[in-house]
Order: sequence, then structure tokens, then C-alpha cells
Amino acid sequence: MHAFEYHRPASSKDAVALIKGKTEARFLAGGQSLVQAMKLRLSSPTDLIDLGTIKELSAIKVSGNAVEIGAMTRHADVAGSSAVQKAIPALAALAGMIGDRQVRHMGTCGGSIANSDPAADYPAAVLGLGATITTSKRKIEADKFFTGLYETALEPGELITSVSFPVPKRAAYMKFKNPASRFAIVGVFVADFGGKVRVGVTGAGASAFRQADLEKALSAKFTVEAAAAIKVKPDGLNNDLHASPEYRAHLITVMAKRAVEAALK
Amino acid sequence: MSAPLIGARVQRKEDYRFLTGAGQYTDDVSMQGQTYASFVRSPHAHAVIKKISIEKALKSPGVIRIFVGKDLADAKVGGLPCGWLITDVKGQPMKEPPFPCLAQGKVRHVGEKVAVVIAETQDQAQDAAELVKVDYEALPAVVDPKKASSSKPIHESAPDNVCYIWSIGEKAKIDEAFKGAAHVTRLEFLNNRLIPNAIEPRAANAQYSRSGEDYTLYVASQNPHVERLLMTAFVLGLPESKVRVVAPDVGGGFGSKIYLYGEDVVVTWASKQINRPVKWTAERSESFLSDAHGRDHVTVAELAMDKDGKFLAMRVITTANMGAYLSTFASCIPTILYATLLAGQYTTPLIYCEVTAVFTNTAPVDAYRGAGRPEATYVVERLVETAAREMKIDPAGIRRKNFIREFPYQTPVALQYDTGNYEATLKAAQRLADVSGFEKRKADSLKKNKLRGLGYACYIEACGIAPSNVAGSLGARAGLFEAGEVRVHPTGTVTVFTGSHAHGQGHETTFAQVVADRLGLGMEQVEVVHGDTSKVLFGMGTYGSRSIAVGGTAIVKALDKVVAKGKKIAAHLMEAAESDIEYDRGVFKVAGTDKKKTFGEVAFAAYVPHNYPLDKLEPGLNENAFYDPANFTFPAGTYVCEVEIDRDTGKTEIASFIAVDDFGKIINPMIVEGQVHGGLTQGIGQALTEGCQYDKSGQLLTGSFGDYCIPRASDVPSFQLDTRETACTHNPLGVKGCGEAGAIGAPAAVMNAITDALGVRDLAMPATAQTVWKNLQENRHARI
Repeated sequence: MHAFEYHRPASSKDAVALIKGKTEARFLAGGQSLVQAMKLRLSSPTDLIDLGTIKELSAIKVSGNAVEIGAMTRHADVAGSSAVQKAIPALAALAGMIGDRQVRHMGTCGGSIANSDPAADYPAAVLGLGATITTSKRKIEADKFFTGLYETALEPGELITSVSFPVPKRAAYMKFKNPASRFAIVGVFVADFGGKVRVGVTGAGASAFRQADLEKALSAKFTVEAAAAIKVKPDGLNNDLHASPEYRAHLITVMAKRAVEAALK
Repeated sequence: MSAPLIGARVQRKEDYRFLTGAGQYTDDVSMQGQTYASFVRSPHAHAVIKKISIEKALKSPGVIRIFVGKDLADAKVGGLPCGWLITDVKGQPMKEPPFPCLAQGKVRHVGEKVAVVIAETQDQAQDAAELVKVDYEALPAVVDPKKASSSKPIHESAPDNVCYIWSIGEKAKIDEAFKGAAHVTRLEFLNNRLIPNAIEPRAANAQYSRSGEDYTLYVASQNPHVERLLMTAFVLGLPESKVRVVAPDVGGGFGSKIYLYGEDVVVTWASKQINRPVKWTAERSESFLSDAHGRDHVTVAELAMDKDGKFLAMRVITTANMGAYLSTFASCIPTILYATLLAGQYTTPLIYCEVTAVFTNTAPVDAYRGAGRPEATYVVERLVETAAREMKIDPAGIRRKNFIREFPYQTPVALQYDTGNYEATLKAAQRLADVSGFEKRKADSLKKNKLRGLGYACYIEACGIAPSNVAGSLGARAGLFEAGEVRVHPTGTVTVFTGSHAHGQGHETTFAQVVADRLGLGMEQVEVVHGDTSKVLFGMGTYGSRSIAVGGTAIVKALDKVVAKGKKIAAHLMEAAESDIEYDRGVFKVAGTDKKKTFGEVAFAAYVPHNYPLDKLEPGLNENAFYDPANFTFPAGTYVCEVEIDRDTGKTEIASFIAVDDFGKIINPMIVEGQVHGGLTQGIGQALTEGCQYDKSGQLLTGSFGDYCIPRASDVPSFQLDTRETACTHNPLGVKGCGEAGAIGAPAAVMNAITDALGVRDLAMPATAQTVWKNLQENRHARI
């Protein structure tokens, strides 16, 4: 790891102020991706601005029609929250499937979304539920947030403060794991808002995306058969040691099918 | 009188320290004035080094010295030796190109060491290593062993990249037998390359003492004496007395820590140059790139049978990838430890095996848990299972028809099996596996859209390579005995020194059980010491499941000497004839009387010899022994695996796994079960998840746990284990060894089950979900 300056601001306002002008500085959330990259010397920020002790960023608020998760809320807290389990059980289940126990106690919702790892779980829920991302500057709609491989709509120095997930009628997330990393080779989040269905897919493309054919078919008829009938095109899907685009395309349908089955239970 | 300890499930003495973080590993050792080394490694698989510029790195904060290959050459530091000379089919010695500790003018695989930076801290060493500028002229690389001989030479001394072509058996006679066969089964397959991944990465920490003019090397090694012998005699040109090698707690090895590595030599040599201790601990990325890998065979195997499925002959042609250099025991793995096991459990009368060992631009390949024997078992058991399917014979039936049933049995491939009962392990495994209920389970699986398959593997392994003179005639350059010492203290407690080395196996418990049981002492009275050349008289270390059979026997021999001397002392104390003294569980008795002396009383007399036959007997009670076995030991067993394959995703679940092993006498069943669990998991890993991959240019694609998948606990079932026992006939404990069996038998059992489920002849390992899914797509309309 290269040397860096370490900062521990007390508020998100201070955090945003600290990063100003430091072009090679990074916010440190749970550190489950960034610290690994630094240890491998693939990432060498000049400054780390640790958000770990900013209390206002870590909260779960459930209102009638939305679950708002503070950016620094750990996966384990979302998974274990009875309020989230009640409002959007699929979201709690997704958080409980991320990484391993250690990762879930460090990794954060905001960190995962800001990183836009092509195989991260949260982005599937952000898109599947049509979440709104609140930052230090503005609110960003889910559909405009993920812009590419590790790329988002966030501007330099912009900090996610919370993410608001609308409560669906029913939803489920199914993930086919990479056997080695346990990240998603394909993860599909299906959410039914009463006739209007959203499908968020992670692991399969440069960043998470919505799958229009599945959404259309499931909006018409929310059944396993409707999902099974959709043949996804492999064009543009990720290709690596573990899965070809064809295999990923096939798995999108399979995971969607299983998610619908789970949502209907 | 204490209960017998041999055969008891004694909890492991060492676990408290391991589980509470009190273990002392090489990286835990820090010495006064400690410095840290970081190696600059080649990003190219094959390149000429045009220039190395270290000026900028030298100015980096904390840097003490930087050494390159030329510095070692100028100091006459030699290359790494190979411990086994294979003589080829023409009677010529194998090609042994130089294996420098730091690259000399050329690099031959990604990750090869080009320079070492020594600095005050680890981070400073790494920062500076990034500033060492190396100009390379890239050369074409070869990764595929089948293409090696037609590729650009990697070493001057091996222009066709062939290390040797070796064979065993009479080819003409066997070709003839194939002509007359009623049926021939033929398979071509890869035995996938594996990366060992011990939980503790390799590490070395060396100190030079100006006062003693000697070195101390702490190193994560499976065999400290061999490390010392190779380093002093062949590389540094020092007397053994000038180097103390300590392999303290070591976190796993699986073979990868048998070898002498360049890093160990470099830090040892450098510690004198800078007159400060030098420590290096591999990062996980370095382990992936530079630990010796395992397996990597390309094989064509054929089995000839008569019309009833009786085996007539076997023909096996293998190309074995050695990697870029010959690691310490690389040459004997695909020959002596592979071809000699091709008889398996069967009476196949004629066997021919030809092995071409080639160099490629990949990390060196050497022994990895099983070492040659998993490859042999895979050949035999895939062939046998496929033959049964082709001939429509029950797979267990074809095995029974061909089992060796009389012992000793001389195989056509040099080995003589002393004992075994293959019917017993097969029968027990079939019962545990409920083979007769399989068809119903298969039908139930299908209702869940899953394909179910069942596969057998009847493996044999040869443990404890021996005897030394025979191994020597086959090319071994080292002895294969083991040494042990039993030091009885004045109060009757005992310290046992063994040349074996424990790096997870639990020797501190198992060996203590043997000693406590034989002497009739409590476990707490026996301490086992290993891993330090300054404490242990000599040793050949731990590999090839040899520790209890060879190391344990050396201790038993020393114990026998202790008891024999104790009888002399007891006879004097009780004024009886030595021939009348009996020793039974801690007590010396005069036969037919009630006179007795405890072990403690005799030990005390030996060290406080006031009433002692000083004219006839030396004081003290301290004996050592060297044991060179008369033969290998031959553990064997039957594994039955059932898999369930998800037709939607191709993912394979191991539905059940039954292992019935014959390890001879078992000292601690709990420890043996742990060894079997670990071995099976590694074998299942080879079959389902693990596959080292390089791209065509020689870049390692599976260089982290993100891409290289070692199985997790959730990937394996709850194993069902049982044992059957035929005691080894040529060691006093009747033991055979258990460390590698699981990794040897499991891959074939799993792949036999998967091919059964899919209804295909063969499928490449690892059978990942994608591989199986592709196969399901391709064979959708063409099942056999």
C-alpha cells in the first residue's frame, strides 16, 4: 500500500469540504473494495476521507412507501433490520447475500452503489426498485445513476448521503454466484409495483441495467412462465473465465424465473 | 495402567495455540535490526533482460541494498538443484537447465524474480521495488505442454523444450495384447493444473551472526533438514553446521513447501551482505505466481479387455508440464510416483507408460497433495468406469472381476503391494452409499429438474517412498529414511524429536500418543519437537503421507532402545537377570514376582546413578534411531460419489460422498478423519472448481481468489467415512499413512458421477457450472 493522508471528518459537510481541491483523494466508506485495491497497489489515493464515524450517514428510515437507507449503513444492519425485512424483504435478503459475514459488517450501501462494481448486488435493487439516490448536491434517479464500468453520475467530490427505495407490492432477488469471488455472475432483482414490473440485472454487463423484455412480459403477466419465455440476447454482455455472454444471457432468464417464483411465494 | 492411546480420539494438543493466535509462524519472528525484502518479478512469460536500472530505487526512502542476478553470480551463489535424476528412454540423463535464484539475463515465466530490494520496512521495500526499471525484450512464450517441443527454446540446454522422455513396460508386448483384445476403451484428458494455496504464504527470515559466522533461517518449510542440505551443499557452498534452519509453526504446505526456493537462498545470502536479518513474506499474489503448482498432464489412456471385461493391458501416453524450471522433486512426480501406480487395485498384467516432460513458460510444477498418484488414479478409474459403461457391465462388478486378491502382489510397474483387501472397502462403501436405492433417488432428482449420477473410484496410493537404495537406483539424490530421538528426562517425562514436520497434520498429538502408549505414560508427559535443525538430529521432512509410517517408526525404534536400556537398569536395581525383566505400560517387572520399578524410577536412576552399573552401562536415557523402510506402504480404498446437476444452471452439487479407506492401523481416528475431509475437499476442488489458467502469452489469468476457486465448506457435503484395516506388514505400528488419499481418489469419483449424470463419455475438469451447462447444450439431442 502506498502512503496516504488519513482524515476523519465529523459530518458529511466536513467530508465534502475536505475533499475539495484534492483530485486524487477518495471517500472511504466500508473499504471492502477500495482497501483491497490499495493493498494490491492498483489504487493509490493521496488522501482517504473516512466516513466511518459520521453518525448522520448511518440510519434506516421506513415510511409508508419507501425505505431510506443511509449511505454508511452496513449490509449486516440492513439484512438484520426488522423494519426493512417487513417493508421490502427482498432488499434485506439481498443485503444478507453480499460477500461474507465479515464483508457485511464493514461494507456499506452507499459505498457499494458509488463503486458501481459490475457484479455488486445493491445496484440490482437500486434499478429494480427504482430508487432515488440523495447526494451532498442533489437527488439522482436510479435510471440515471449507473453510467458504465465503475462509472456513475456522481461528480468529483459528490457524496452519497442516502438511498430511498420505494416499497413494491412484491419483489425478490436471485443471484448466481461466481464460485471463486462469490460476486454475482448474474443477479436479477424483480419488483412488482402492481402491474408495473421493474427488473434490475447485475453481473452481466459493464454496470447494472434494466431488462426491458422481462419487464414488459412480467408487467403483462407476473408468472414464472412469462419470465421463462424471454430469451435474452447475449450481445454486449460480460465475457470472462467464469461465464460467456451466452451463459450469462441464459442465466438472466433462469434467475428472473426464480425471482418471480420467490416473489409469488 | 492407562487405557491404550493408540486408536484413541485424543484432542489435538496443538490446537489451543493455533486457535488462540499463539502459533509462531515465520512472519511472527522478528529479530533485532530486522529488514524487509521485496522481490521485483517479471511481468513477461519469456523475455531477455536488456538492462536493470536501480539508481532511482536506491534513493527511495529506507532502502538499504538492492541485488540483481549478477550480484549472486559474482558471489558464486549457485542455482537450485533438482533432487531426482530421471534417465530417459535412450539412457541419457534428463536435461537440467540452470535454475537461478535471481534471473540471469533472461526470464522464463511471469513472476520470476529479477531483483530484490531490502529496506527498513515492508512498505518501503515495495515502494522501491516499483522504481526498479527493467528493460525487457519479449520473446514468444509457450504455455501448452503439447506445443512445447515445437516452440522457441526456453533453455539453451533443452533446444526442443523436452526435459526427458521416459517409459516403463514393454511396448511391443503390450501393443500385441491390444491387437488381440475384445474391447478397447480409450480416453484423452487433461489433468488440470492446480495452485496449492496453503493458508500461510511462503516466508523466510534469515540472520547472519558475525560472532558465530553462521546463519539462522526461519522458513515456512515442510522439511528443514532437506532445505539446509540443499542450500548449504548445492547453492551456498557452506558446511551444514553454519546454517540452522527452523521451520516453526507452518500453516499448510500440500507439497508446495517441500522445495528449496530462490527467495530462501536470497534472504539468507543477503543477511550476511547487509549484516542484518532479512525477512520476506509472500503476498497472496506472489503465492499464485511463484509457488510450485501441481498436476498439468495431457494423457491418452487405453485399456484392453477380453470379452468378459477382464483387463489384459493398459497403455498410457502422458505429456507432463514441468513449467519453466525443474523444481526440487518435479522430475520424479510424473514418472516414479505416477506410472508405478497404474496397476491400481487390479491384476492388469501388462502396462506401458511413456512420459514426455516438457518445459513451458509457466511457474514450475512439482508435488501437490497426492503428487502423481491422483493423476494415476484418475487415468485408471476413469478408464475402468468408462469401460464398464461401454461393455454394459456393472462398474463395481468390473472392478471386482479384476481386483488383486492375493498378497504380496507384484505389479507389472515395479511396485510390490504388501497387503490389502479391496473387496472389503468396496463392499463397505456400496452399503454406505445405498447403491441399490440410486435409481429411485435419480427419479426423484429428475422431478426437481436435476440430473443425478453415481461414480466410484477405487484408488491405491504408495506412501513413504522406500527403500533408499531402490529409490537411489531410480534416480533419487537423497535418502528417504527418517530419524527420531527419544530423550527421557530424570523425572521420567519425555521429549521426542522427529525429523518429520507438522504443518497442520497434528503430529504433536499423534506422535505423542504413540510414545505415551508404548511407554505407558500420560499424554502430558510427552512433548514432541520438530522443525529445527539445531534440535532435531536429522530428518527428511513430511511429504507423500510418510510421517507416521517412516517418522513414527523411527520413533518406535528409538523407544525400543530406551526400553532395552531401561531393562538393564531395572535388572540392576531389582537385582534380577536382564532376561527376566518385562516392560508393561510404564512398569518394569521381574517376571513371576511382584518386584517392580516404574519408568520414572528407572529414568531417575539413569540420571542420578548412585545405584547404577556404571562399569557396564553409561548413565542417561536418551536414544535415537534412523529408519529406512523396506517398502512403500499401500493405503487403498473405495469412494462413492453422488452428484445432482441443476439442468437450468449446470451447477453440480455433491449429493453424497462415501469414503472407505484402509490406512492400516490408525493412531488417532479423529485426526485421520480430518485428513480425509481435507483431502476429499481438495479432490472435489480439482474436479469442480479449481483450474489454473494462463493465457497464450503466459499471463496468469487465475491469479487471485477472485478467479481461482478453492472450495469452501459449503461446496462439500457432510462426508460419510469408514475404514477397513489390513495392517502394513513391514513396519511395527502396521500403519500406512492417510494424508493424501482423499485428494487422490476424489477427482475420479466425482467425474465418474458427473459423466454418469450427463450420460457423456468424458468432461474436462474442473466441471464448473459453465462447463456442464455448455455440455448440456451441445449434447441436448445426443446422449449416450
